[in-house]
Amino acid sequence: MSAEAAAQTTPTLVLVRALGIISALCGLIIVGTYESTLPAATANRRIATERAVFKVLPKATAIEEFNVTPDGRIAPAAGGEGAPTGLKFFAAYGPDGKLTGVAAEGAAKGYADTVRVMFGYDPGCQCIIGIGVVSMRETPGIGDKVYTDKDFLANFKALDVKLTADMSALANEVKVVKHGTKNQPWQIDAIAGATVTSRAVGKGINDAARALLPALVPNLEKIARKS
Amino acid sequence: MINVPSTWQEFTEGLWERNPVFVMVLGMCPTLAVTVSAINSISMGLATTFVLAASCWLVSMLRHLIPKEVRIASYIGIIATFVTVVDYAIQAISLELYEALGAYIQLIVANCLVLGRAEAHAAKTSPMPATLNALGMGLGFTLGLTMIGGVREILGSGTFLGLSLFGPNFQPWVVMVLPPGGFFVMGGWLLLFAIVRARRARATAREVSHGA
Amino acid sequence: MGRESLGQILVTSILSGNFVLAMFLGMCPFLGVTHSVSLAFPLGLATTFVIVISSLCAYALNIVLSQLHLEFLRLICYIVVIASAVQLVEMIVKKYSPALFRALGIYLPLITTNCAVLGVALFQTARDYDFAQSLTFATGGGVGFTIALVLLASVRERVNLSNVPGVLSGTAMTLMLAGILSLAFMGFAGIGG
Repeated sequence: MSAEAAAQTTPTLVLVRALGIISALCGLIIVGTYESTLPAATANRRIATERAVFKVLPKATAIEEFNVTPDGRIAPAAGGEGAPTGLKFFAAYGPDGKLTGVAAEGAAKGYADTVRVMFGYDPGCQCIIGIGVVSMRETPGIGDKVYTDKDFLANFKALDVKLTADMSALANEVKVVKHGTKNQPWQIDAIAGATVTSRAVGKGINDAARALLPALVPNLEKIARKS
Repeated sequence: MINVPSTWQEFTEGLWERNPVFVMVLGMCPTLAVTVSAINSISMGLATTFVLAASCWLVSMLRHLIPKEVRIASYIGIIATFVTVVDYAIQAISLELYEALGAYIQLIVANCLVLGRAEAHAAKTSPMPATLNALGMGLGFTLGLTMIGGVREILGSGTFLGLSLFGPNFQPWVVMVLPPGGFFVMGGWLLLFAIVRARRARATAREVSHGA
Repeated sequence: MGRESLGQILVTSILSGNFVLAMFLGMCPFLGVTHSVSLAFPLGLATTFVIVISSLCAYALNIVLSQLHLEFLRLICYIVVIASAVQLVEMIVKKYSPALFRALGIYLPLITTNCAVLGVALFQTARDYDFAQSLTFATGGGVGFTIALVLLASVRERVNLSNVPGVLSGTAMTLMLAGILSLAFMGFAGIGG
């Protein structure tokens, strides 16, 4: 090692220059790629979200995105307000421009990784009328039954998520109960043998509803018509 | 006397003889994590091939410029750059694929295969042979991944490339698409190769002893 | 997404979400250094140390990059941080235990390309963990990694003394053993609640 060191240690300036050139080159490549792929990537994301929303609110024909601001108001996402809280939802409108429902995403840890679920909320009955799994990596044949099991999906035809009288919290938390023991409209019957994934779906919906609905329901008239 | 491999040999070396998955046992993390289906394996393999080829090309082009003290840092920087490129490219092409491969795309940076080839080969060779060799290694890697992914998909989901093979009544061997399955299938392939090699060695030994 | 409790994260990252046996991160040292427990254990500790430092730096970096809207530089910045952390650990080990430094050899600088280290940084960003969660995740991950390494090393040391058929010996055997370990760890599923 010392023989090498005596032979040629590259002067610091050359090192810095080399690193500088490489960094500049890499930086250019990265920025260039980012800029050129941004339109396609954003379009893909928008299409995926729209597909998910239309799946849980089939009567809708148009969607608008809204954020919940930290102080509890609703603002259109396009305005850029309120994004940091991460609470956002999609207002879905029918062909007559009237609000048909609201879609939002919930997520919770399942067996393998996070399970993300999109659910559709009907303000009229104050209940959830459908779910769609956005992404999950649960066990094939077991956990992924949440996609396909008819009995499980039937839980979400009219899942009660009414608020308390002062609209500050859910009247009854959404709970996942053992398969076959559901007796309340706010309970979800787990899939036998896929409890962990079922619980993840329930928890995701509960957490999202708990955070979103107290801010959304008092302000429903603001988004009742398509802007 | 250093035997300079011909251009064709540069390319084919990584396909089988020095296959990154089964012979050199490099790049294991994505190998086992992503190979739950043939399509995922092929996609991951091709993404890695792109990163490998592009990085080796750039490293080779810049090899006289990079002083040896900062070479690892430079190589990693270059590799990280092309991984970012692939990351964004996949997002633009197919969001489904992106979700399926997940964080393992960015983990290509930590793939010992890429850094290993850049350091051991591309830094000492001119761009054309270096890139060809990288391409060969990448395709060999893809082949290895697909062999593992194919078996896992057939046994664990009853499909291949998404097409159902055995019909709806097939009871899949689910453990194959779970982590232990990855270990077992790869071990299985290595075992198979070892058996084949041992048979061939015995056959050759018999020939030799009969000839002598 | 950022709602897991610290206890959940700790237990999951060590057991049901073990970095090596469930998430396949850190395979190179797992297959390469586990022929002896006396090497596996210190390497596990060194890696844990690197993981924790990198995780903290990555957390800070992520905040800075998000503020500046430079998210696309994330990967390249993380890897630079990791390389520096590894350099630091190398210097420390060389100073305090030259014998260990020599024994670990090439595997110490190879921590830079250890998917587990980069994986922690990437996963904590993807799962939106806050500071305490990231720290717990990193520590748990490192501990789980060390446990997996030591477990496999102990088994391999024993297996070396028994009659393994020639064709199965070497990497094939290691992988089969790893598969069985992984199956065993699957039994921890759901333990994090």
